[in-house]
Parts: sequence; structure tokens; C-alpha cells
Amino acid sequence: MTATAAPGVRSWRRAVDDLVGGWGQRQLWGHLGWQDIRQRYRRSVLGPVWISISMAVTAIALGVLYAGLFGNDLSVQLPYILVGFIVWAFISGCISEGSEVFIANEGLIKHLPAPLSVHIYRLVWRQTLFFGHNLVVYAVMLIVFPQDLTWRSLTAIPAFGLLMLNGAWVALLLGIVTTRFRDLTPITQSLVQLLFFLTPIVWIYEDLVNSPNTAIAERARLVEFNPLLHFLEIIRQPMLGHEQHLRHWIVVLVITVVGWALTLYALRRFRSRVSYWV
Amino acid sequence: MSEDSSLVSITTRDACVDFPIFDAKSRSLKKTVMGLVGGNIASDTKVPIIEALRDITLDLRHGARVGLVGHNGAGKSTLLRLLSGIYEPTRGQAEVRGRVAPVFDLGVGMDPEVTGLENIVVRGLFLGMTRKQMESRIDDIADFTELGDFLRMPLRTYSTGMRVRLALGVVTSIDPEILLLDEGIGAVDAAFLEKSKKRLSELVERSGLLVFASHSDEFLRELCDTAIWMEHGQIRQHGELEDVLRAYKGDRA
Repeated sequence: MTATAAPGVRSWRRAVDDLVGGWGQRQLWGHLGWQDIRQRYRRSVLGPVWISISMAVTAIALGVLYAGLFGNDLSVQLPYILVGFIVWAFISGCISEGSEVFIANEGLIKHLPAPLSVHIYRLVWRQTLFFGHNLVVYAVMLIVFPQDLTWRSLTAIPAFGLLMLNGAWVALLLGIVTTRFRDLTPITQSLVQLLFFLTPIVWIYEDLVNSPNTAIAERARLVEFNPLLHFLEIIRQPMLGHEQHLRHWIVVLVITVVGWALTLYALRRFRSRVSYWV
Repeated sequence: MSEDSSLVSITTRDACVDFPIFDAKSRSLKKTVMGLVGGNIASDTKVPIIEALRDITLDLRHGARVGLVGHNGAGKSTLLRLLSGIYEPTRGQAEVRGRVAPVFDLGVGMDPEVTGLENIVVRGLFLGMTRKQMESRIDDIADFTELGDFLRMPLRTYSTGMRVRLALGVVTSIDPEILLLDEGIGAVDAAFLEKSKKRLSELVERSGLLVFASHSDEFLRELCDTAIWMEHGQIRQHGELEDVLRAYKGDRA
């Protein structure tokens, strides 16, 4: 705020200031993110432990079901489904909550002059906390079904960093667009449900690609066009100690750069309009 | 964000605030897309606009104590939001230097499910304070609110008056550079109001710059020395408090 010439409302400076200024209010969104989690389970005896429990129940039930249906070993199917679900919970949370992030915070936006990014950081932080709770289930799973984890599995950490970075731009971009066009919120949310089935979470990608039936193998390859496959694989492969493929990282990195460029442009152009639109 | 008080200022030049009113029809993508494809049906595709503020030119410096008067809908609240930086002008310019504490709605940012004490901290964070600063003020706020053990209860168990006490306690404990007050400080018993008046004027003394929208002449005289009379989204008069009040009253009579 020391500029001599006031930068225009639609300057890059202001867009970047929004992101930096929001980061500076870590105490606020950090606290709010925690409060959101505790809030959801307030007055229940177990509290946020329910996050882990419901994840465990879902993964075990579906693991048993699909191991039976596909004729897979439970020790393969269950870890696959569990890790898939944990990562999916983060991805889908960022997308579907992102599609109403500013609409849901209308009161705060109209009453307090805070950077828009505060709401985005709060959202990603909240999803990260959910992810952390779910990792407890993952740790238990590692005891029951040990995986071949090596030092290479540590790539899961930068992979999650990339997931957060992408969650932030997706939420910010969707937040801006859906505030202006309200129909996009339900559209996005049903799209997320659809994507769940299009992404290999309950069905094992490798099994289908290597299927003796060439027609099925051919069709399964189409999933490479689903960007969420790559986001899932960069973290699932190391977490399960599977072989890691460079192409997934490249796709994710390209999407990260392109996505942020697009989002920064939208932020520069429409940042000041959001408080008028909510 | 500087400690140098001379940097606290609000400057606007010909600032306008225009609200697009998207009704259900034009607020959807379908309509915009089809509108583009189908060519102009001018009156139909255009979004109606409400000009909430027009040509606002102000230069407020450190030490300014400005009252805002005007009828309902004259643009007082919108002006406060322009001055706080929530609305950036659609045309013209506005520049705000300094940490703004907007007090428009006492309840905003309060969470009914958490305790009064936690709400004190959160509300303070929303007003630009740090957690440490708020924790050091909790005792003072607790004393002021006279809520005692109730502070350990969830906010949802409070009566309206108790909530106002809590909110006022927090708001009057902060150190803002720019204080923007919208009235709505009612619903408290008379004795408490007397007490909060004192705190309110102390708060005003601490703050570098005050803009206060109110319908109460008594409150305005207590806190302000100059005033702005808003009418139809424009500044009708800006000058000494008494002059503006007299003109405003005269106009109303």
C-alpha cells in the first residue's frame, strides 16, 4: 500500500497482492479451517474421528465388494480403493466446495474487506485437514496390508503439494465463475460425481489396460484423457509402493502452470467484481 | 500498514458504484451464450444497473471524524463499503491507506456453535488483530460484557442483547487505523449503552480516521466534527457537522 501511482483495479499487481495478502492472514484462515472441521462434528462424542471412521467403513465395504466382483485379492483391492478414496475426497472437495466458495461466504465478503484468497486458503486448508485425518486410516491399513514402500514413496509429499496448488486455482477460478453464473454450481457438482466413475478409484486401471480382451484394453486407455487420473496416480503410486510413471507428473505440472495462468488472468480481470456479484 | 499516522487516508475521485442486477434469467450461462448466438435483443440481454453511488470525491486524512447522514437508501452503507475497500469503484478511483476496521454488522463472523471466548478471538482476527493481541484483551472484554461464566457457553445460548454486548466488547477493544461504523447499535439496555458510549468514544479517539453513519444526532455530535449528507447516491453537502445537520433537518421539515 505504498505505491505512489495507484495501480488500476485490474492490474496484475492487485491480483498478486490478493494472493499474498490472503497468505498473510494465515492466523485467520488457519483458525477458521480448524473451526470448520470441529463444527461439522460438534456435539458428537467422537468428533472429527468420524472423518476417519467413515472413510474406513466406506473403503472396507467397497474393498470387500469389488474384490469379490472383480475376483481380486482383498490385499490388493482394498488398499487401492482406500488410497483412491482418500485422494479423491481431497480432489472432489476442492472442486465442489470451490464451486460455491464465494457464494457461501457472501456475508463475510460484503462485510469485511479481506482478500478473496482468504476463502480459498481456508478451503484448501480444511480439505488438507480432512486428508490428514484420513491418513490415520492409511496408516492402519499399512499395518494390516503392508505395501512395498521404499524411499521413492516420499514423492507422495511433493505430489500432495501439487494437489494443494491445483486445488487452490481450481477453487479460485470456479469460485469466480460460479458467483457470476449460478447455474454452474449444480453443473459442477454433478460433473464431479460423474468423474468419480470415470476415474479409476474402485476399478483398477492396470487390470483393464492389461485385459486379455483387446477391446476393453483399448477403451480403458481413453482414461488417459481424464486429467484426474494423473493427479490420482502421482500420489497413489508412491503411497502403494507401485512403479511410478513420469508422464503423470508431466501432465500434472503442465496443468498446474496453465491452470494458474488462467486463474491469475481471471483474478486480475474479475477480482473486484466478485463483491458486486455475491 | 505503516505506523506513520500521516499515511492513514482515504482518497476517492469521481468514484461510482454500479450494481448489475442479474435476475434469474440473465444470471445463467445459458442466457449469455444464447444471447451471443442469437444476436442483440438489446433490451432483453442487457443487465439492469443500479447506480448506488455517483461521483464521490473525498479526501479524508488522519484525524477526520466524519458523520454520515441521509435517508434510507441514500447510499450511506454503500459509501462505507466503498471506503472500506469492499467495493472497488466501477468508475473513478478510490484509494484506502491504513488498516480498516469495518463495523457494519455486529454479528458477522460470529459462530453460534462455539463459545463466547472463542468468538472473541475470531471476531478480533476478522477485524485485523492477531491472536496474541486478542488473547491479551480477553479479560478486559470479559469484564466489559459482564457475561461471566456464560463466556464458556456456546454463542447459540445467548440472548440477542448478550450477543450485542459480546460484539460491542470486541469491537471497542481493537486499535483500528480507520474505523467505519454503521449504526445498528441498539438492543442493549440503557445502563449498558451508557457504558458502551464511553468505550466507543475511547475507541474513536484511538482510531486515526472515523466515518460513522447514524440517524442519531446525539451520537453524531458526540463522535464527529464534520459530516457528509448523502442523497440519491451523491454527496449533497460536506462540511461542519452542525451546518450539515441543520441543512439536512431543514430539508426534511
